[in-house]
Amino acid sequence: MNNKQSWIDQRFPLSKVINEHLAEYYTPRNFNFWYFFGGLAVVMLIMQLVTGIFLTMHYKPDAEYAFASVEYIMRDVEWGWFIRYMHSTGASAFFVIIYLHMMRALLYGSYKGPRELIWILGMVLYILLLAEAFMGYVLPWGQMSFWGAQVIISLFGSVPIVGPDLLVWILGDYAVGDATLNRFFSLHVVVIPLILVVLVFLHIVALHHVGSNNPDGIEIKKNKDADGIPKDGIPFHPYFTIKDSVVVVGFLWIFCAVVFYAPALNGYFLEAPNFIEANPLKTPEHIAPLWYLTPYYSVLRAIPPLFGSQFPGVLGMFAALGVFFLLPWLDRSPVKSIRYRSPIYKWILGVFVLSFIVLGWLGVQPVTPLYVLMARIFTILYFSFFILMPWFSTLGKTKEVPERVTG
Amino acid sequence: MSEQTIDLKKRRFLTKATSVVGAVGVGFAAWPFLSTWKPSAKAKAAGAPIDVDISKLESGQLVRVLWRKKPVWIFKRDEKALESLDSEDLIKNLDDPDGTGNSKNQQPNYVTSNFRTIKNKESIAVIVGVCTHLGCSPTYRPEPGAADLGGDSWKGGFYCPCHGSKFDLAGRVYAGVPAPTNLAIPPYQYVTDSLIRIGVDQQKT
Repeated sequence: MNNKQSWIDQRFPLSKVINEHLAEYYTPRNFNFWYFFGGLAVVMLIMQLVTGIFLTMHYKPDAEYAFASVEYIMRDVEWGWFIRYMHSTGASAFFVIIYLHMMRALLYGSYKGPRELIWILGMVLYILLLAEAFMGYVLPWGQMSFWGAQVIISLFGSVPIVGPDLLVWILGDYAVGDATLNRFFSLHVVVIPLILVVLVFLHIVALHHVGSNNPDGIEIKKNKDADGIPKDGIPFHPYFTIKDSVVVVGFLWIFCAVVFYAPALNGYFLEAPNFIEANPLKTPEHIAPLWYLTPYYSVLRAIPPLFGSQFPGVLGMFAALGVFFLLPWLDRSPVKSIRYRSPIYKWILGVFVLSFIVLGWLGVQPVTPLYVLMARIFTILYFSFFILMPWFSTLGKTKEVPERVTG
Repeated sequence: MSEQTIDLKKRRFLTKATSVVGAVGVGFAAWPFLSTWKPSAKAKAAGAPIDVDISKLESGQLVRVLWRKKPVWIFKRDEKALESLDSEDLIKNLDDPDGTGNSKNQQPNYVTSNFRTIKNKESIAVIVGVCTHLGCSPTYRPEPGAADLGGDSWKGGFYCPCHGSKFDLAGRVYAGVPAPTNLAIPPYQYVTDSLIRIGVDQQKT
């Protein structure tokens, strides 16, 4: 055994990599519930890759056959329904996990220096994941696939001057059709997954270089023992690999309950009109994107057209996503963790989270004057969080941060 | 023998020049790949005009046909509907009723008046059924006074389920809705009194 290992080690840094990233990667010992979601996101990525590969073996990316091939997977392919529901439920589960993962960063200031680059890589991953999910939803070529694609791609048509040409270039035709479906298939199955895997790798390399943050927002590397090991750190393996595996089992239990008993989750994971084949003549009565896109969709709807153009709304929607990138530089608080922040900061963060949730809820509601007004108010609150952050993050009295981690 | 020296200035220049030439090369190499995303010859050829027989169209009835992969509505409006299109009561709620403002490119020049049709064929409307906001196909709601669309102020028309844009029975957009312009009128002509050809402009008479 040892012989074999040293044979490899002379030719490839196997032991070094294992030690650096597992056995001697020191993780703060005070990790709580919020720290499960990074590992779970990796599990979800693998699940989506595996189920996706098997779906690709039976799916046909052709506007004429796509819908039928998905029904074929559901009815005629042995266990096809299971793989397909794992993949479709997996998409939503992935976003549940990613949103909680991002919430953790907001709570404990994980985006603050020296972890800015981890945050930026994570945001790129998040945006790519939204694109990946959107294109994946187009592939079954149901009514929601078609009209969702129509609405989202039309956003690019509103760009001044180049918009109409850009739109045709993206579509590959003068309307959403076979050309669009075919290229989305390529992007969904090859291009974006490749980039996602590379970026996840970089995200983790950057994390392991600076070390994990923790609920106290203390740098454990500042307190090392005689051997140079952080006093508040424990090796990732075996401590957290064991703990995380328990979490994975718990997660899969909930996941399977959805896959087996409510794969459409009352229209939130798979919308009813998407079980009807795409019909370019008729838009469904009520159309809304899937839940993980709805906050941005609400921002889009909240901003009225200006100068006879829809572009400001589109800009607003992308700004709502892009503004997250600036977070490390907008937050001027001397402390990282919510535990030591001022009471006013806690309230403001609460209002922001509420705005995000309300905007998400509004995104699946039909358009009424009251809802439009609400969307406008919460859009303003949403952006105020970022714009006013340099000011309010320094307000109020922060608590003293301890030397060593607590709990 | 002269001592060999490194000319850093020259080296930097060569590095930059090589990079620029390389970048131009990458640009040229990318062009064929990006061009594959443009509509293919086949897609371009598929825009042929279509003929629609309207002899069996009842008053109030709407048929949807596909032209250039877009839905086109052909529907018959009764006297009452035409009257309402001409009324100040409706026009005051519209963004660009005469199609000279934001919507000036949304109709062929031979389509005029508040009815937005070819002259003397006012009852038959031909409209591209694609919302000018984000491309959904609005729902046909011809009944005046529909409670969910504003009651008495609703004179009949189209309602976009995606983002709530409203249009009248001539496809003109209401003010204050997300859609920026009127619905488009395609080029069309009457081959005979009961046959409409969509995709070809009306000949001058």
